[in-house]
Amino acid sequence: MAGAVSQPNVVYKARKRRSPLVDFCIAQPLGAVSGVAILVMLFAGIFAEIVAPYDPLNIDFGAMLAAPSPEHVMGTDAFGRDIFSRVIYGARTALTIGFFSSLFGCTLGATIGVASAYFGGRIDMVVQRFIDVILSFPIIVLALVVVAMLGRNQIAGVDVNLIFAIAIPIVPKVARVVRAAALSIREMPYIDAARAAGFSHARIIFRHMVPNVAAPFLIMFTAFIAQAILLEASLSFLGLGVTEPTPAWGLMLSGNASDFYREAPWMILFPGLAISAAVFAFNLFGDSLRDWLDPKFKV
Amino acid sequence: MDSNRRDFMKAAAFTAAGIGLLDALPAHAQGAPKRGGTLNFAISAETPHYDAHGSDTFATLHFGSPFHSTLLQFDLANYPKVKADLAVSWEVAGDLMTYTFKLAPNANFHDGSPVTSADVKATYDRMRNPPTGVVSTRKATFEDIDTIETPDPKTVVFKMKAPNPAMLEHFASPWNWIYKASILAGNPNAPRTAIMGSGPFRFGEHVKGSHVSGTRFDGYFKSGQPYLDGFRGVFMTQPAAMMNALQGGQVQAEFRGVSPAERDRIVQVMGNRIRAEESSWTLNLMIVFNTEKKPFDDVRVRRALHLAIDRRGGAVGLARTATLRDAGGLIRPGSPFAMKDEDLLKVPGFGRDMNAARAEARRLLREAGVPNLTFVLHNRNLAQPYTPAGIFVVDQWRQIGVNVEHRQSETSPYLAGMSSGNFDVAIDFSNLFMDEPSLALAKYLSFNRAPENRSRAIDAEMDRLYAAQARERDDKKRFELIRAFEKRALDQAYQVPLLWWHRIVLTHANVMGWQMSPSHNLGQDLSGVWLNA
Repeated sequence: MAGAVSQPNVVYKARKRRSPLVDFCIAQPLGAVSGVAILVMLFAGIFAEIVAPYDPLNIDFGAMLAAPSPEHVMGTDAFGRDIFSRVIYGARTALTIGFFSSLFGCTLGATIGVASAYFGGRIDMVVQRFIDVILSFPIIVLALVVVAMLGRNQIAGVDVNLIFAIAIPIVPKVARVVRAAALSIREMPYIDAARAAGFSHARIIFRHMVPNVAAPFLIMFTAFIAQAILLEASLSFLGLGVTEPTPAWGLMLSGNASDFYREAPWMILFPGLAISAAVFAFNLFGDSLRDWLDPKFKV
Repeated sequence: MDSNRRDFMKAAAFTAAGIGLLDALPAHAQGAPKRGGTLNFAISAETPHYDAHGSDTFATLHFGSPFHSTLLQFDLANYPKVKADLAVSWEVAGDLMTYTFKLAPNANFHDGSPVTSADVKATYDRMRNPPTGVVSTRKATFEDIDTIETPDPKTVVFKMKAPNPAMLEHFASPWNWIYKASILAGNPNAPRTAIMGSGPFRFGEHVKGSHVSGTRFDGYFKSGQPYLDGFRGVFMTQPAAMMNALQGGQVQAEFRGVSPAERDRIVQVMGNRIRAEESSWTLNLMIVFNTEKKPFDDVRVRRALHLAIDRRGGAVGLARTATLRDAGGLIRPGSPFAMKDEDLLKVPGFGRDMNAARAEARRLLREAGVPNLTFVLHNRNLAQPYTPAGIFVVDQWRQIGVNVEHRQSETSPYLAGMSSGNFDVAIDFSNLFMDEPSLALAKYLSFNRAPENRSRAIDAEMDRLYAAQARERDDKKRFELIRAFEKRALDQAYQVPLLWWHRIVLTHANVMGWQMSPSHNLGQDLSGVWLNA
C-alpha cells in the first residue's frame, strides 16, 4: 500500500483588499491632503461655537483694528470683532451655501441631462438649446440677475434665494456633462430590457440611468462646491449675498476693509486666504476624485 | 423776526458749519467763475421717484435740484440766512401773519412758459393739502398757511393761521420745488414721473441704475448762470467703487458725505488734487418701531430696545469708521435748542451705566412677556452709515438676548417698506436742512399729520406740545416746551434717535463755487458751480 502522500498544508489566502479610503489616499495623496483640509473646514464650521475663541458678532470698539496677537490670532476688524472667529464661522456660511447650492444645482442638472438624453429627439434638441442660452451668460452675471430678481428669503439663518441663485448657473453645466454620459447608457441592453418590460420613464431614468452617472455627478458636485463658495464670496463682496453682521468670507473683504487694508492688512488677508484655501481644496479633491474614479485615468 | 431767535440760529450755524474746514476757500474767494465743462459727480443712492414734495431722501434732491427752483434758498455763505431764488424780493408782516413774494420777472419753465404766482400757489397747495393719492411729507410744515393769494402773475401772498417764527426758513426749504400749475391740474401726481422745472439745468436723461444728466438752461433767470455746460450724476451705491471713481477722475465730487477712513485714504493718495471739507450734520439716524405690529405696540418692548443701545460707546467707536459722530436727543447736539449734554446723560438710553440700562431692558422684556424677542431689522443698503449702524444695533440688542435678522434693501424698497408699514423695526433717518425745532420735531408728530413718522403712532399729547413750542416766541419757554416734547418722545419711544452724523465732502480741487453746509440737502442746484480747467 502506497504510503499516504503527505500534502503540504497550503493555505490560500485571499489578497487583502485595501479599503477604498486607503486606496484613494495612496493613489491620490494630494486629494487626501485636500480631503483633510475639507474635513478641517467642516469640523470648524460644525463646531464653530466650540472652536471659535470669540463670538463673531461681538463688537469691541476697544480692540478696533488690533494686529494679530495671542489674544486675536488673526487680528480684529473695524468693529473690534475677532477675525479668526469670523473666519471659522465664515466656513459654516461658505460650506452651507456651497454644499446646498452645488447639491441642488447638480441634482437638477443631472436629472435634466439624463432625461434629455433618455428622451432624445425634439425634447433633447429643445432642452439643449435652452441650456445653450443659459450657458451663454457668464456665471456671475446670471447669479447677479437671479439674486436681484429674487431678493432675500432667510430660513433658519440661511438665505434660500441665494442658494437658488448660485445653483441656477450650475444646472446647465452639469446637465451638459451628464447628458453626454447618459447618451451611452441609453444604448445599453439593460435599458432596452427595462423599456421592453414596460417600466415607466421615471423608473428607467431614476432607477437605471441616474445611478450610472453617479461618478461624473460626484466629481462635479465636489468641484461645484468650490465654484459655489467663490460665487457666494463674490456676491457677498458685491453686496448681494450674505448681509452683515453674518460672518462670511466675501463679506469680510468688502465694506470698510478697502479703507483699512493699508492700516490693517489682516482684515483682507485671512478671509482671502480662507476663500483660496477652500476653493483650492475642493478643486483638488474633485480632480483627485475624478482621477481615482475614472478608469481611463487608471490606465 | 425775533432777534433773540436770530442769535440762536447764528450760533447754530457757527457750531454746524465752522467745524474743521480743510483746505476750503469760500466760493467768493475762488476767483472769477469760468463757463463750460461737465461736472460728473457720484450720487450714493438712486431716487425712488422725482417728486421732492413726497420725499425725504437726499437722493431726490441730488438728482433733481438742478432742474428746479424754490421761492427762497439758504445763503450758505451766511447760513442760516435766506436769499432769493424765484422770489427776488419779499416782505414779512410784523405780526408774522403775512408773507409777500415778488417773483423774478424773467423766470421761465424749461418749456418756455413763465413761472407765475399761480404755479407757486398750486405748488404750495399741493404740499399743505395734498390731493388724494399724493404724498406730501411737507404737510405738517405748511399747515400754518391759511390762504394763498395771487394778486398778479408775479406776486404771491401767504396769509397765516398763526404766526410761525420759522416760516421764512421753511420757504427756503430745498424740497419745495415749484411745479407748473397746469401740469398739476391735469395730474397731481405727474411730478413723481416727469420733470418740468425752472432750474438752471434742463433734464437730459435718467438711465435707471446708471446716471442722470442735465444740460444748461439758457433761459435761466439768474444772469450768467449756470456756469457748467451740463452735469452727470452717477449712481454709485458701493463706496469702494465710488472712492475708486473719485480717485480715478471718473467723478469729481460726491456731495453727500464720506467716512473719515475714506477721506484719509483718498487724501493720502490724491494730496492737493482733492479738497476735503467737514461739518457737523443736521441729520440723524433713528430706530423706529412699527407700533401697529406686536409686540412693538407695547411701550415696554420699545423702551427696552431703546435702553439697550450704548450710544456713548457707539459714538466713540463708529466715529472712526462711519459718518456717525454724536450721541444726542431729538435736536442736533450743540445747536441752540438741543438738550445740554449733562442733562442728556440723565435721560434713560443716553447714560453711561449700560449694565443698569440693560438690566432694566431685560426686566421690561420679561414683563412684556417677550424675553427671547426675535425680529427683522429693516435697513437701507447704503454702506454709510446704515450698514455700520445696523451691525452696531444688532450687537447691542443681542446683549439683552434679542435675536435680530438684519435685512438691507435698496433705497426704493427700503422707503416703500417703511411707508407701507411693512416692517417690524427699522433704521430710519431724520433729514433736516436747518436747526429749527419745528422742522426737527415734525417727524415725531402723529402719523395722521406727518406721514414721515414711520412708527405710525398717534399721540395727541405730542401734537399739543409741538403746536405750543411752534407758537412760542420766547426762547426760554420754547426750550422748556421742546424738553417736554422730547421727554414724551423718549418715554414713549415710538422712534428714538440713534446717532447724529458728521459730514465730510470730497471734491476735486478744480470744482469751484460749491459751498459746504451742515446739510447735504442744500446748495445742490449747481447754479454757482464751475470747473477751473
